[in-house]
Amino acid sequence: MNARLLPYVLILPVTLFLCLFFLYPFVLVSKQAFSTGAGFTLDNFREVTGYWKFPITMRNTLLLAAAVVPIQLALALLMATMVNRMKKGRDLVLYVWTIPLGISDLAAGIIWLAIFEQSGFLNSMMNGLGIVDKPVNLLTFQNPGIVFLAIMLAEIWRATAIMLVILVAGIGLIPKEYYEAAEVFGASPWKRFLRITLPLLRPSLQTALVLRVILAFEIFAVVAALGGTLFPVLMGETYAYQFDLLNSGAAAALALIILAISIAFTLIILRVLRVPKGATI
Amino acid sequence: MTLNSRILGAASGVAIACTAFAAQAEVLFWSTQAKPVEEAQAMREQVLAGAGAVDYQPNDGGPWLTRLQAELQSGSGSIGVLGALHGDFSAMNPDDLVDLGDLGVMSASETFNDLAKLGTDSLQYVPWMQASYIMAASKDALQYLPEGADVDALTYDQLIEWAANAHEAAGEPKFGFPAGPKGLKHRFFQGYLYPSFTNGVVRTFASDEAVTAWEKMRELWAHTNPASTNFSFMQEQLLSGDAWIVFDHTSRLAQAFNERPDDFVAFPAPAGPTGRGFMPVLAGVAIPRTAPDMDAARALVAHMLKPETQIATLRATNFFPVVDVALPDDLPPAVQAAGDAVAKMSASADANPGLLPAGLGDKGGDFNRVFVDSFERIVLGGQDIRAVLDDQKGQLASIMEETGAPCWAPDAPSDGACPVE
Repeated sequence: MNARLLPYVLILPVTLFLCLFFLYPFVLVSKQAFSTGAGFTLDNFREVTGYWKFPITMRNTLLLAAAVVPIQLALALLMATMVNRMKKGRDLVLYVWTIPLGISDLAAGIIWLAIFEQSGFLNSMMNGLGIVDKPVNLLTFQNPGIVFLAIMLAEIWRATAIMLVILVAGIGLIPKEYYEAAEVFGASPWKRFLRITLPLLRPSLQTALVLRVILAFEIFAVVAALGGTLFPVLMGETYAYQFDLLNSGAAAALALIILAISIAFTLIILRVLRVPKGATI
Repeated sequence: MTLNSRILGAASGVAIACTAFAAQAEVLFWSTQAKPVEEAQAMREQVLAGAGAVDYQPNDGGPWLTRLQAELQSGSGSIGVLGALHGDFSAMNPDDLVDLGDLGVMSASETFNDLAKLGTDSLQYVPWMQASYIMAASKDALQYLPEGADVDALTYDQLIEWAANAHEAAGEPKFGFPAGPKGLKHRFFQGYLYPSFTNGVVRTFASDEAVTAWEKMRELWAHTNPASTNFSFMQEQLLSGDAWIVFDHTSRLAQAFNERPDDFVAFPAPAGPTGRGFMPVLAGVAIPRTAPDMDAARALVAHMLKPETQIATLRATNFFPVVDVALPDDLPPAVQAAGDAVAKMSASADANPGLLPAGLGDKGGDFNRVFVDSFERIVLGGQDIRAVLDDQKGQLASIMEETGAPCWAPDAPSDGACPVE
């Protein structure tokens, strides 16, 4: 076969798959979002953005992403460098750290609910240690801070591993020679991390951040399990429009709004972490 | 090819053909009811045992509707019979359901049969089973009842006082309210609080009496377990002791009574200035126009309305019969407790029975949201009652105008769309 054509032939199945199962439904959803039965209209967007809860859900979603992603980034970097330095048991540690990846997000939410509930592990522990006289209600409408914290913890526990895996692979690609040279010139470990690891990790950081930020805007099950109705997020409202209100047009409009936010942040991340022209590892 | 493998091949071919044939002959019963595993199993083994080959598949509302709509849109389907709540059917286009008026079976209640016509002149679904919402309490909590209060004839003021006493005794609020994401709180406002205080639901939505009702709700909420915003099935909190006095759907309380029948009591909902408001829950069976085997589907619908099937359904799901039938004595504790409470509620001198919202079509969800939003803003958000009601009133009025739904009891009848006064 013609060597120039081969790459295109090889990506053809994936392209077809994406067209059929991503592009085509996407076109249908957009059509739904911009119509209410009679021609082109922005009514659906007006409806969802005009609802009194929309600013709250938007704020909650962004706030959660802003609180969770930086912590996860720092943790994932720390864990990745640690794993990279290990001589023995590297694989075992990596497997253990990535276990939360294999658990569905609803299950993760329920696990953390079992911890924070009134009759949950945290309460029985505090009770047993004599810190509280009787189990206290933590996840209530009076303690929005604790609800937020619980969701944050669950998210960090659940989804740090996805960044970790990408960063571990990225660190593995950095040639050892740079570190050896830096050591010869007496660079401290911190300096080596700042001047070698971080810059050369840019492409992996890009991928990890893009993936993680998009997932952060799609957060749903963990919030539903832990926060109930106390912490409305964009995806939860989309679900409510589709299944409680049977309003597919409004649900589609909200889904497109989430998509727009995701694209905007993807572009920002790509721009900020771009690899300078001509630079290679 | 060896002889052996030929025989094997032929055998597996026959086996595949057999299963394909069996799968075709089975009627798919696509339901939103009797979802818990034990209930679904009881439906299959007891209720549907004599109904021929039936594949009973319960599902959540979302997937239930998605598959149904896909089949309706493509014009060919495998679902034979639908089982769902009145609200699910009223959100559908009546043309998508087969007329069942000529089937010869219907419920004993004219009101239910009228609801089941969905605004047409023939039955679009056949009423299948009914339930209601009641109160339940742990027997230990009865000692905190205010002096002179009869648990079977409580008023809202007495309920609040009772909850306050229990709060004081336990050191933490012990009233439980299903305000979680899957909880049925909106039905409490529509069928209980509003009728009891304003003798209406839509007309009186923003009246002065409604302001009083929400003030009472706030008072009650002060003695309500704040984790209630995560509660959806109050039987769990009754059993765990997180709540002592609760309001919920009869089948969402059943587990508590069946597991520890001697520990709990069921009793009627409280009464307000305009009577003891309460509302029924109605489930029905229908046939989508895409059903593969119309005769088998109709036979199954007829089977569901037989007296013995209705009793078996009661045992399986804790939903009561809709046809006239003598109830046997050996019913599960939950059924007896709920049945007594509902009977006392409807027989009480100040009973003010409401109807299910009708004529709202696919706006049923929006209608519920008006009440849930009011609750979240007034009770959880602490916003001014008058301002919230005046604001939400606009939403309600536009839903009523858009659907043209006439008033239902206890609202006074209307010509055309029910007005929000």
